[in-house]
Amino acid sequence: MNIVVIKYNAGNIRSVDFALQRIGISATITDDKDEIRNADRVIFPGVGEAATTMQFLKQHKLDTLICDLKQPVLGVCLGLQLMCSHSEEGDTTCLGIFPEKVKKFVPQAGDLSHCKIPHMGWNSLSELKNPLFEGLSEADYFYFVHSYYATTGADTAATCTYLNPFSAALQRDNFYATQFHPEKSGSAGSKLLSNFINLKF
Amino acid sequence: MLAKRIIPCLDIRDGQTVKGVNFVNIVNVGDPVELGKFYAEQGADELVFLDITATHEGRKTFVELVKRIAQNLDIPFTVGGGISEIRDAEALLAAGADKISINSSAVRNPNLIDDLVRNFGSQFVVVAIDAREANNHWTVTVNGGRIPTDKELYSWAKEAEDRGAGEILFTSMNHDGTKNGFANKELAKLSEILTIPLIASGGAGSMEHFADVFTLGKADAGLAASIFHFREIAIPDLKHYLRTKDIVIR
Repeated sequence: MNIVVIKYNAGNIRSVDFALQRIGISATITDDKDEIRNADRVIFPGVGEAATTMQFLKQHKLDTLICDLKQPVLGVCLGLQLMCSHSEEGDTTCLGIFPEKVKKFVPQAGDLSHCKIPHMGWNSLSELKNPLFEGLSEADYFYFVHSYYATTGADTAATCTYLNPFSAALQRDNFYATQFHPEKSGSAGSKLLSNFINLKF
Repeated sequence: MLAKRIIPCLDIRDGQTVKGVNFVNIVNVGDPVELGKFYAEQGADELVFLDITATHEGRKTFVELVKRIAQNLDIPFTVGGGISEIRDAEALLAAGADKISINSSAVRNPNLIDDLVRNFGSQFVVVAIDAREANNHWTVTVNGGRIPTDKELYSWAKEAEDRGAGEILFTSMNHDGTKNGFANKELAKLSEILTIPLIASGGAGSMEHFADVFTLGKADAGLAASIFHFREIAIPDLKHYLRTKDIVIR
């Protein structure tokens, strides 16, 4: 199977590649449009700032390419946020694959010790309802690092609550995305990556 | 619920794990990759690798080591020691580090925090603060606690946050190595004034100390070294204990 990780100006591409290697998968890291189009699975990782990253995607015409993909695509962290319709970070119009909006966590007064921003660390999920979470449950923890979150809606595939409920995972048609980092989430994360690779599609 | 994190810290010299006991009698506690994997399997939530190598050759060894760590670990890890310019951080990010921690270099050049944040984002930058208390005043120290500075703990921590740091790692030099518990009063105060996560370090000697640092100290994570390296506390036992104390643990 031909797995491609989209190469662009994001920070954690190498971590995703290493995580795939640990589950015995050798991926191609590339920005070659034909290679991406012809892959069996595409992973769209991301660590960075929304506005500059969207600008980069547009300049390299990766925005339309991603939206037009037909095989299973997995967005991670900023990848998930960029697949939504709009982000408050830099007032950015995103890819619009998911109708959800991306908002900034706002600490609530009087609860300071419980609302550190970024939401950093291991959190559990609820309402897991997707083949992506096959064999995983509310007892599993995943590693998050983010200051912005996607709202919940019809495409929400798992919910996490930090200050407020938000989309920990989204899915529509062939597009999948997680706000947490499966590549850094221990055995639960490896399981999710395997599930994505093994999706019946 | 967001879980409290348990973080073993590994000191690295020339690519090997070491732990200073009272700054003398350095004992080798194994290969960093093997030890890191062992801790990850035991349930450590994150790891910190501190390079205490001073030589240029040693630095290159460390970057190579970071790449091996990134290949083998499936949990996040922070690397620190000797990072004084963007180029150092870039090499570590390229090697696969999730976060870097800066300490003395940030005190000497606070703009380094802003520069790193602008280049790599807040989530990548941990500011570590070593401070010592005397006459009710917490002085920030550098060079492993040996040199006092003109900075004060709380204002420096807040300044680091304002400059964009993603996390603060506070070590009380009064508590470090004592095994009498963390500096909970100071940690609680820090946690109150900061809006970014706080990692507590210095003083862990028992499982109760970890319960205290999360409840009394209001820390988001607890870091320790020797008690884990010398197997005085096993991480699975610690996590089980904390769960019985109704502390949210992965």
